[in-house]
Amino acid sequence: MNLYSRRILINRIGIALSMIAMAFGLAALMWILWTLFYNGFNALSWDFFTQDTPAPGSEGGGLRNAIVGSLMIIGVTTLVSTPIGILAGIYLAEYGTTSKFAATTRFVTDIMLSAPSIVVGLFVYALVVATLGGFSGWAGSLALSLIAIPVVVRTTENMLLLVPTALREAAFAVGAPRWQVSLKVTLRAVKAGVVTGILLAIARVMGETAPLLFTALNNQFFSTDMSQPMGNLPVVIFQFAMSPYDNWVSLAWGGALLIALIVLAINIIARVLFRNKVSA
Amino acid sequence: MSEATTPVDVHAAQVRKFKLQDMFFHQVTLVFAFIVLAALVGILISLAIEAMPVFREFGLGFLWTNVWNVPEDQYGALSAIYGTVVTSVIALIIAVPVSFGIALFLTETCPVWLRRPLGTAIELLAGVPSIIYGIWGLFVFAPLFAEHVQPYLQELVGDTPIISGWFAGPPIGIGILTAGIVLSLMVIPFVASVMRDVFETVPPQLKESAYGVGCTTWEVVTNIVLPYTRVGVIGGIMLGLGRALGETMAVTFVIGNANRIVGSLFAPGTSIASTLANEFGEADPGLHISSLFALGLVLFIITFIVLAISQWLIKRGIAKQGI
Repeated sequence: MNLYSRRILINRIGIALSMIAMAFGLAALMWILWTLFYNGFNALSWDFFTQDTPAPGSEGGGLRNAIVGSLMIIGVTTLVSTPIGILAGIYLAEYGTTSKFAATTRFVTDIMLSAPSIVVGLFVYALVVATLGGFSGWAGSLALSLIAIPVVVRTTENMLLLVPTALREAAFAVGAPRWQVSLKVTLRAVKAGVVTGILLAIARVMGETAPLLFTALNNQFFSTDMSQPMGNLPVVIFQFAMSPYDNWVSLAWGGALLIALIVLAINIIARVLFRNKVSA
Repeated sequence: MSEATTPVDVHAAQVRKFKLQDMFFHQVTLVFAFIVLAALVGILISLAIEAMPVFREFGLGFLWTNVWNVPEDQYGALSAIYGTVVTSVIALIIAVPVSFGIALFLTETCPVWLRRPLGTAIELLAGVPSIIYGIWGLFVFAPLFAEHVQPYLQELVGDTPIISGWFAGPPIGIGILTAGIVLSLMVIPFVASVMRDVFETVPPQLKESAYGVGCTTWEVVTNIVLPYTRVGVIGGIMLGLGRALGETMAVTFVIGNANRIVGSLFAPGTSIASTLANEFGEADPGLHISSLFALGLVLFIITFIVLAISQWLIKRGIAKQGI
C-alpha cells in the first residue's frame, strides 16, 4: 500500500468514526426520550393532575401536591433570582469592565454555573434549615435561587455587552443620568436576551433534585404553606422511582416526562425568542 | 434653596438629583454583585465550620481512611472519593473520544444545512435534567447491561490477570461501571459543545492552506485544528470532569450505594454526591452529619479547582480567536 492510499484510508476511518460518534450521541438521545415517552404517557391521566401522591401500598394517586409545590418553589425562585441576577449583571457590564472586584465576581459566577448542586443544598441546610429549625419551601427556593442567579447574571452581562457604545453615548449626550441609560436604554435594547436568560435559568432549576433533598424535603399531602416541608416533582420522582410499588414507579415516569417536556419546551421557546430578536 | 425659581437653579437641582440617583443605583448594583460573590465564600465557610468536628476527631486522616461505620461512629472519605474519581474517569474515557468525533463531524464533514439542527439537538441533550438520566439508567440501561453486556465482557477478558479483576463478580447491572457509562452520556453534550465552539475559532485561512497543499480532512483536524485549539479542548474536558465529579442524581440511581472499595468495576460502590443524597436526610446529629458536611467540602474544593482550571483554559482558548 503506497503513501497516498494509506492517507486516504486513515482519513476514511477517522471520518467514519466521527460519524459513528455523532450517531451514538443522537441514538442515546432518542433512546432516552423514547423510553421516557413510552413509560411516561402511560402514567399521564386526569388523576395524575388532580390527585395527591398515594400512601405506600395504596392504589392510584397522582402528583397534584408535587406539581403545585414545584410551581410555587420555582415561582418564588424566579421572583428572587430575576432582580438580583439582572442588577448584578448590570453592575458587571456597566460599572465593572475593569475592576478587580468585578473580575472576581465574574469568575465566581462561572464556577457557580457548574458547581455541584448538592453542595448548594448542604449550604442552605446549614444556613437556614438547621438554624431556623425545619425544612421548608422557602429553603428550597433559596437553594434553587443560588443555582439560577449565576445563569441570569451571565446572560444579562453578555447581552448588555453586545449593546453598541454609541447607543449609550447618545443617551448620555441628551443628558440622561446613568441609571436611566442602564434601565431605560441598554436593558430595554436587550430585553429579549435577558428574558432568554431567565427562561434558561428556570429550565435549569426545573429538574434540580439534589438541592431540594435537604431543603424543601417532601410532603405527601397537599400544602401551599411555604414555611412547611413541601412536595415537589424532582424529590417525588427520586423517592418513587426507588420504591417497590408499581404505581409509584409509574408516577415517577409520568413526573419525569412532565419535567422533561417543560424543560424542552422552555429551551425551545428561549431559542426561538432569542434568534428572532437577534436577527431582527 | 428658597430662590430656586430661575431656570439655571432648576437645572442645578436636577443635576444634583441625578447624581444622587446615580450613586444610589451604582451602590445597589454593586451590592447585588457582592451578594453573588458572598454566596460562594459563604458556601465554603459554612461547609468548613460544619465539617470542623470531623477533622478535629479524625484529623486529615479522614481523607484517606477506608471506613464508613455509622453505628460505631467511625468515618473516612476514601471509599466515596474513590467512587467519585473512578466513575468520573470512566465517564471521561468514553465521553472525550465521542465528543471529539461529534465536534469534528459538526465542524468539518456535516452538510451545512444539517449543522444547526444537529448542534441544537446536542445542546438540548445538555438541558435534560440529570434525574431523567438516572431513572433511565436504573430501569432501562442497567437490566440490559446486566443481561447482555456484562456476561459477555466477563467471557471476553476470561482469566487475563489484572483486567479480569475489573470485571469480576455477579453481573447485577448497577455498579461503578454502569454509573460511569450513564455519567458519560450526561457529559458528552457539554464537552462536545465546548469542543465545537473552540474548533470554530480556527481561522479558515489556516485550514484552507492545509487543504490547499493536499491534506485530508483527518490530517487537517489532527495537525492543524487540534494543535491550534489544544488549550480550549482541554478546558472543555475539564468542564466535563467538573460536571461528572459533582453529579448527584444520575449516579445515585445506578451506583448501588455501598460504602466500600472493591476492585471490580461491576461491584456497587458510592460517590461523594450519592452518599450525601442517601444519608444526609436521616443522618444523626454529631459526627455523622459533620462527616457528610466534610464530604461536601471535599467535593466542593475538588470541583472548584477543576472548574477554575477549565474556565482559565477555555478563556485562553477562545481569546486566541483575535490573533
